[in-house]
Amino acid sequence: MTMVSSWSLSQLAATGVGILLALAVLGIVAARRSFGTRAIYAACALVCSGLAWVALLTLLAPVSPIDVIRIPVGLPLGRTLLGFDPLSAAFAVIVNAASAIVSGYAIGYGVHAREPLRVVPFYPAFIGGMNLVLLAQDAFSFLIGWEFMSLASWALVISEDGSPDNRRAALVYLIMATGGAFTLLLAFGLLAGAEGHYAFEELRRTTQSGVGPIVLILALVGAGSKAGLVPLHAWLPLAHPAAPSHVSALMSGVMTKVAVYGFVRLVFDLAGPPSWWWSVPVLIVAGITALLGVLYALMEHDLKRLLAYHTVENIGIIFIGLGLALAFEANGLGAAAALAFAAAIFHVFNHSLFKSLLFLGSGAVHNATGERDMEHLGGLIHRMPVTAVAFLAGCIAISALPPFNGFVSEWLTFQAILLSPELPQWGPKLLVPAVGATLACSAALAAACFVKAFGMTFLGRPRSTAAIAAQETDLWSQGAMLLFALLCLLAGILPGFVMDTLQPVTQMLLGTRLAPQSIQPWFRIVPIDASRSAYNGLFVFIMILIGAATTALTVRRVASHALRRSPAWDCGFPDSSPATQYTAGSFAQPIRRVFGTVVFRARELVSMPKPGSTAVAKLAVELHDTVWDVLYVPLIRLVDATTERMNALQFLTIRKYLMLVFGALITLLIIVGTWR
Amino acid sequence: MIREWLTQLAQSALVLGLAPLLVGLTRKIRARLLRRQGPSIIQPYRDLLKLIRKEAVIAENASWLFRAAPYVIFATTWIAAALVPTFATGLIWSTAADFIVIVALLGTARFLLALAALDVGTSFGGIGSSREMMFASLAEPAMLMAVFTLSLFAGSTQLSSISAYMHAPQAGLSISLALALAALIIVSIGENARIPVDNPATHLELTMVHEAMILEYSGRHLAVLEAAAAVKLLLYLSLIACIFAPWGTAIAGAGAFEYAIGLGAYLVKLAALAFALVVFETAIAKMRVFRVPEFLGVALMLGLLGTILLFVSRIPH
Repeated sequence: MTMVSSWSLSQLAATGVGILLALAVLGIVAARRSFGTRAIYAACALVCSGLAWVALLTLLAPVSPIDVIRIPVGLPLGRTLLGFDPLSAAFAVIVNAASAIVSGYAIGYGVHAREPLRVVPFYPAFIGGMNLVLLAQDAFSFLIGWEFMSLASWALVISEDGSPDNRRAALVYLIMATGGAFTLLLAFGLLAGAEGHYAFEELRRTTQSGVGPIVLILALVGAGSKAGLVPLHAWLPLAHPAAPSHVSALMSGVMTKVAVYGFVRLVFDLAGPPSWWWSVPVLIVAGITALLGVLYALMEHDLKRLLAYHTVENIGIIFIGLGLALAFEANGLGAAAALAFAAAIFHVFNHSLFKSLLFLGSGAVHNATGERDMEHLGGLIHRMPVTAVAFLAGCIAISALPPFNGFVSEWLTFQAILLSPELPQWGPKLLVPAVGATLACSAALAAACFVKAFGMTFLGRPRSTAAIAAQETDLWSQGAMLLFALLCLLAGILPGFVMDTLQPVTQMLLGTRLAPQSIQPWFRIVPIDASRSAYNGLFVFIMILIGAATTALTVRRVASHALRRSPAWDCGFPDSSPATQYTAGSFAQPIRRVFGTVVFRARELVSMPKPGSTAVAKLAVELHDTVWDVLYVPLIRLVDATTERMNALQFLTIRKYLMLVFGALITLLIIVGTWR
Repeated sequence: MIREWLTQLAQSALVLGLAPLLVGLTRKIRARLLRRQGPSIIQPYRDLLKLIRKEAVIAENASWLFRAAPYVIFATTWIAAALVPTFATGLIWSTAADFIVIVALLGTARFLLALAALDVGTSFGGIGSSREMMFASLAEPAMLMAVFTLSLFAGSTQLSSISAYMHAPQAGLSISLALALAALIIVSIGENARIPVDNPATHLELTMVHEAMILEYSGRHLAVLEAAAAVKLLLYLSLIACIFAPWGTAIAGAGAFEYAIGLGAYLVKLAALAFALVVFETAIAKMRVFRVPEFLGVALMLGLLGTILLFVSRIPH
C-alpha cells in the first residue's frame, strides 16, 4: 500500500484505462505479426489484472468521500470525473478479472484470426471502454465510455464480415446500441434537470421529484437492451456469436455486466428512493426473460448461439434479484433487500466466470473443428480432454448444480423469495411466487440445455470428419479455461468470501448489509439466521468426494476388477453409423413439444412419400420467434414505409426546401412559445 | 456433539442398508398383488452382489465420464438421502445443506446420468436422456414449489427443522400442506421411474426412460447405479414420511427408548408407503410419454398454488 500512497488508486485505474487505449493504437502496428498480436493480448491480460487488483483494493478499503480525479478535458463544462466508488469497484473487479483471463486465452487463440488487424486494435479499446463506463463519476464520461464500448464491440462483431449473417448481426447491434444509448442519455438528462448537474455526486444530491419512474423505465430499456432483457434481446444471439470467441466471451460474460451496472447505477443509486411498484415491471420482465431465454437456448443447435441465448436467461435471474431488492427496499425491509441484492450481484460475478468459460470452450471447439453446429460435432471428450473437463465444469456451474457457484447465487435468490410474504402489497405478493416458479423452471431447463450442449459436442460418436480430426487446443487457452473452471468451483465452495467482498456495494446502495459470512464456522453461509437456512458448499463438495471415493474403493475391494471393452450393446441393435445417435434436434424434441408449441408455435411437418415410392421422407420443424414477429417485424415495416415516403424529400427544388425550412422554424417557435 | 454425529452417521448408514430391502419389498408386494410368488425380499442384495462380482463390459468408445459417473451419482444421491430425517430429527448435516440443496443434489445426479447416457452415442441412451431432462424440467420446479410451501410454514428451509415443526402440535391441517403433499407424491412417482411415468421392470421398449439411460452399463457400474436408484426411492418415501407423517420420530436429544420407537415407527411408515405406492402402481396403466408432462404439470400447478395461498394468507408484521 505504501507504494500506491503517492498515486491514488483512482489515478492508477485511470492510467490503466489510458494504457488500454494506447494498446489499441499500438495494436494497429503490432497486429501485422503474430508475435505482436500475442504481445498485445499479454499486455491486456497484465493491465486487466492490475485494474482488477486496484478495484479490489478500493472495494476492500472504501474511502469516504470517494477519491475522484478531475481531468480538465471533456464535455460539457470542461471536466471529466473519474474514480471508483464501491459499486463501480465491485463491477470493475468482476469485469477485469474475467477480461484478464480471457486475454490470457487470446494469447493462444487470437493468432488464429483471419485478419488480426480487424480484431487486435479494437480489443483493448473495448476493454478500455468498459472500464471507462465503470470509472466514470459523471454522466458524460459514462455515456462516452458506453458508446466507446458499443462501437469497439461493434467493430469486433463485424470483423469477420464474410457472411451476410454477420453483417446483419452487426447492423441489428448498431441499431439497438444506438437506441439504448439514446434512452440512457434521456435518463441522465431527466435526472440532471434544468440546472444540468452531470456529476453523479450532484445528481444524487439534487434528486428531481417525479422523474424516478421514468428513469426506471428508461434504464430498463437502455441498460436492458445492452444486457439482453426480453424483448430487447434480439441482437444478442446474433451479435455475440458473430465475433471471434474471446470477444464473444467478453461481450456475453462481461459487457452484459456493465449493462447491469448501468441499471443499478441509475435505479439504485441516482433515481432516489424507490416506490414498491417499481419492482413490478422489473420482476415481470425478469421472469419472462429467464424463462424465454433458456427456451430459446434449448431450441438452438449452434453452440455459440445457444450460449448467447442462455445469457438472456442469466440476465433474467440477475434482474429477479434486483427486482426483489427494489421491493424490499421500498418497504424498509433492509435485511431482505440486502440479501436479494447480494444474490443478484453474486450471480453477476458467477455468470462472468462460467459464461466466459463456456464461450472460450466453444472457441476451442470451433478452432479445432471449424464447426459451431452441434449436429456436426460429438466425441470431442476423447480428442480434447482438457477442454472437455473445463467445459463440463462450466456446464455444471451454469445449470445451478452444487457444489459449483451457480447454485449458490440461485440458492440465495430462493432465500430472498422465501422472505417476500413479508411484503405488504398484493402485487408483489402474487407476483413473487410466480417468479419463483419461473426461476425454478428455468434452472431445470438450463440443466437440460447444458446436457444437450455438452452431450452433443463432447460425448457420443463424432458426427463429422472434422470432429474426428479435432486436436486439443493450445496451452494458453487450456490454462485460461481451467482457471475459469477452478474459480467456478472455488466460488461455489467458499461463497462466503465472495459475498463479503461484494458487501460494500450493498452497504453503499441500501445502507445496510448482510452479516459477515466468511467468519462463519466451517465456511458456511448464513444469509439471515442459522436456524432458518444455511449452506456449506465446502461440506457438499467434500462429502461428494468422500462418498464417491469410498464407494469406488469399496467396490474395487469387493468387486471384480475385470473390465472388457466391446461394441456398444444398444439393446442388441448397435448401428455403426453415427447418424443413428440422438442429435441436438432430437434431444430437444420432447421439450419443444411440451413448451415450444405455445412459445414458438413449433410445428413438425412430416412429408411421407407415397407407398411404393423410393423418395425420402422428410421431417421439417417450423419455429416462430414470436417476439421478433410481433415486435420487430412491424417496426421494421413502419421504418421502411416511412423512409419510402420521406425519400421524396430528396428530390425537391430549392424553393420547396426553403419553404420547408421556414415552415419547420415557425412550427418550432410556436411550440416553444406555447410551452413557456 | 458426538451424539449428534452418531445419529447422523447411523441415519446415513441406515438409508444405505435399507434401500435394497425397500426395493425388494415393493417387488414382493407387487408380485403378490399380481398373484405371483415373487422373488425373496432380499433378492436385491443378492443381485447387487452378483453384479459387483461380474466383469464390467463397457463400450469401446466410452470415456472416463462413463466410468466415473456412477460413483458420483451414487455419492450425491446418498448424501441427499442422508439429509432426510428417518427415525430422528436434528440431523447435524442439516445446518450445512437444506431442503433446496437436496433437490439440487438430485439434480446433479440426474445431470450426470443424462450425460453418461449420451456418452456411448446410442439411440437408446439419447432417448432416455432427452426424456429424463424433459420430465425433470417440470418435476424439479414442482418439487421446489413444495419445498417453498413447507419452508414458509416452518420458517426454515432446513429439513430437520421442517420435520420438527410438523411434529410439534402447532402444525395444524392446511390446504397448502395438502397441495404440497399431492405435488410431492406426483414428483416422487415421476422421479423414481414408477409406473404411470416409466416402468422399472421394462426392457427393450421405446417407452423406457431410466432403463434406457443405464442400458450400456454392466457389472459393478450397473450395481452402483441400481443402488443409487434404490436410495433415491427410499429418499422420497422418507421425505414424505418425515414431513407428513412425523409421528413417532425421535426429536433431537431424546433418550434411547425414543430412538428405538422412532426406528420402529420409521420402518412401519416406510412399509406402509411402499404398499400404497405399489397398489397405486398396479392399479394404473402406463401413460404415453407426452401425457407425462401434463401429469407433472399438475404437480407444478399444485405446488405453485400452495405457495401462492401461503403468500397471500401471510399477514406482515
